[in-house]
Amino acid sequence: MSADPSIDLAGIRLASPVVTASGCFGSGKEMSRFVDLTKLGAVVCKTVTLKPRRGIAPPRGAETPAGMLNAIGLQNPGVDAFIAKDLTWLDKRNVPAIASVGGHSVEDYVACAERLRDVPALVAIELNLSCPNLEDRGFMFALSAERTAEVCAAVKERAMVPVFAKLSPDVTDLVAVADAAVKAGADGVSLINTTLGMAIDTKTFRPKLSTGTGGLSGPAIRPIAVRCIWQVHQAMPHVPIIGMGGVATAEDALELILAGATAVAIGTANFYEPRATELVREGLERIMRERGIANLEQIRGAVKVEG
Amino acid sequence: MSTALSEATVTETRVVGVERIGEYQVLSLRAPGIARRTIPGQFVMLSSGAVLGRPFSVFRAEEDTVAVVFDVIGEGTRWLASRTLGDALSITGPLGTGFTIEPDGPVLAVGGGYGAAPLFLLAERLRPAGSPVHAILGAARSSRVFGKEPAERVFDSVTFTTDDGSFGTRGLVTDVLAAAVASTGATRIAACGPMPMLEAVSTSAAELGLPCEVAVEEFMACGIGVCWTCVLPVASGNGEPRYDRSCTEGPVFDAAKVAWG
Repeated sequence: MSADPSIDLAGIRLASPVVTASGCFGSGKEMSRFVDLTKLGAVVCKTVTLKPRRGIAPPRGAETPAGMLNAIGLQNPGVDAFIAKDLTWLDKRNVPAIASVGGHSVEDYVACAERLRDVPALVAIELNLSCPNLEDRGFMFALSAERTAEVCAAVKERAMVPVFAKLSPDVTDLVAVADAAVKAGADGVSLINTTLGMAIDTKTFRPKLSTGTGGLSGPAIRPIAVRCIWQVHQAMPHVPIIGMGGVATAEDALELILAGATAVAIGTANFYEPRATELVREGLERIMRERGIANLEQIRGAVKVEG
Repeated sequence: MSTALSEATVTETRVVGVERIGEYQVLSLRAPGIARRTIPGQFVMLSSGAVLGRPFSVFRAEEDTVAVVFDVIGEGTRWLASRTLGDALSITGPLGTGFTIEPDGPVLAVGGGYGAAPLFLLAERLRPAGSPVHAILGAARSSRVFGKEPAERVFDSVTFTTDDGSFGTRGLVTDVLAAAVASTGATRIAACGPMPMLEAVSTSAAELGLPCEVAVEEFMACGIGVCWTCVLPVASGNGEPRYDRSCTEGPVFDAAKVAWG
């Protein structure tokens, strides 16, 4: 039987459900040495901010059991340079791009969205409301349903493409935050960003990251991602979810789809297997053929939870 | 930040050689494409049995094989040290920038511990091209000096130093650097080893007015330019240093541009 891996993500047609997780794939140029970007659903680019950011002092990363911690501090060249260089590069190669936007204020997000109007390669905007690395953790929008709603509403008013709110698992009631994002106008949600962690060098008594804390990613957080996606999908089955968190294989991606994800992003796996996106994409297509799954919508959120 | 990307590939390969050089492990892998493209100073990422891969400078790149040197310092290197002939590994490379390889006068290669590994490859490439390569190899003590025996063959001359005087001259590599430059007529320096050593070599090179390239060692999650963990502060020309990736703009940097300390 024929299997169609393409998906509808908030009205945009993507050739594959497999996309990249922001901050784990650059804007694709480095990774194009290892995988064919045109076969991916989209490249979700590293977060950009209105002004360039230098990032924080090293050490910025540490390996942990089944994962890693990172604190980069959103190092990026600023949205204008990103559009001129990265989005132009992706557009020339016909690779659908999703820009990830970060900021300190609602105005920052809106200003970035303004600049992203009429950019050809761009198919969606992901609002990074949940980067745990900014100097002031109080500024993490995704900790508050109200603040999340403010950004989503303001950006949605100016954006010409669907808007996804990338949320943090580090909240008491994720469904309430996701609900606020969608009610404010977000077309979908991206679940999950890294969860805040910390590791200490027991010989030097120093933290393994210069900032102390950082974002935990990798296979270690996959069950958290599955739980978050499932909870939000149960509460709002019609809201498209870009799922991510420790996905390294096609079976992992299938798990997120069964929990309710429409698209699946590959993050940390790119670091240790540069072909991860391609392997997951091919693997999912094989699974669809072998198990008679005509399209992924058939099995999205299809986990059977008894009782 | 306009450094061209290295022409890297990922290959599933097999271990074709396991040897020990002093206290260090040398692992040889079959990787013809990577061996052919590697420039001295470039590195490869190897699967490590842990989540993340591990970066290693290329020690030898000849015909079909790439060899790397390491010390058992953690989970990943312990796993790598337990590989035997025929075991499967994944290798990605060659990655990053290499040393300047145009033959242009005598070179002084300065290495600390097994950080000296890429300097052997540098000598193997430069000497046939007409540039003599002299070496200073240092370490804390005799057993930590890498490649005593092959060094005598690979370099035009070698000066050994140890902190405790158990082998060669007692002291640091920088204690003998000026004398080595004077006796060899070196017109540039290439260094690889721990960061404090690289900083000291960089200072000496500046005092002597010699160009100096350093290959740095930083934590790297990906090695391929996308995680931004491996950054090094580099002079940006306008005030604050910028953070360049050791895996892409480096690992070989112009020592004069690194914002040391």
